[in-house]
Amino acid sequence: MEALGVWNYWVVVLLMMIGLYTVIARDHLVKKLIGLGVFQVSVIMFYVSMGKVTGGTAPIIPDEVPAEGILYSNPLPHVLMLTAIVVGVATLAVGLALVVRIREAYGTAEEDELQRMNGAQS
Amino acid sequence: MWIEIVLFALLVITAVTIAGLNDLFAAAMLSGIFSLLCASLFTLMDAVDVAFTEAAVGAGISTVLMLGALSLTGNRENQQPLRLGPFVVVLLTGAVLIYGTLDMPAYGDPAAPIHQHVAPEYIAGATAEFGLPNIVTVVLGSYRGFDTLGETAVIFTAGVGVMALLLGRRKRRDGDEVETSGEGHGDAKS
Repeated sequence: MEALGVWNYWVVVLLMMIGLYTVIARDHLVKKLIGLGVFQVSVIMFYVSMGKVTGGTAPIIPDEVPAEGILYSNPLPHVLMLTAIVVGVATLAVGLALVVRIREAYGTAEEDELQRMNGAQS
Repeated sequence: MWIEIVLFALLVITAVTIAGLNDLFAAAMLSGIFSLLCASLFTLMDAVDVAFTEAAVGAGISTVLMLGALSLTGNRENQQPLRLGPFVVVLLTGAVLIYGTLDMPAYGDPAAPIHQHVAPEYIAGATAEFGLPNIVTVVLGSYRGFDTLGETAVIFTAGVGVMALLLGRRKRRDGDEVETSGEGHGDAKS
């Protein structure tokens, strides 16, 4: 019964597996980047779910009511994951720009066709 | 508890559908839905700041970027079967990670080690030292301001990178005027 308490991590691992499979097994480069996004969200979910406290509330201190004794969820993972989301979209933009350039240079964005072309050239 | 389980189930279904789709336009749209589901889950986990960042950046900007790229690269992917090699690798990785989670503290456990380190100081210091109600903002801007500075540097670098990649492209297209890929399926071989 003890192990059932960590079900959130199992869902995170499942999401990570789906993302990882999309990254390494699918051929289209944009699809790989979408898979990378799924992977990244799973890591973010992992951190945020670690910060959750049962019975806690969002880490915002109320103005009027006496603020003593309120249980807050851990704000530190939230901060780190805010940074991760924004950096993630920056890497996504660079990746998509690279895909656009590859498509213009080779006429395709499928990895297996790209590898075949490289094999034919050398 | 039950809402979270239902949302997690929807999340996994969406992810599996994304992995199996060949239509990249549909995959991009589903990844927007995926981000929105994540945002709801983050709200349930008390991470409201993360939730609205995910909703704005993940469901908004990422989808727009993805659609922009798809309009330039075409949105069909070749059909491909389930590959056994990657599947086995992924299963092994997942099994090792599941084994690792068995030692983790239970979900929502207030006695978990992560809540004993600096977090209580941050929560106590937010009003005492800075007088701001939102603890996440205080940590982001003050306690860990250098992290945020580094993040800004990363975004600046990424912006420069994207501009270098895409501006060079326009120059070359002006140079030899081979193709105009208006619909995204023009033959762009040079």
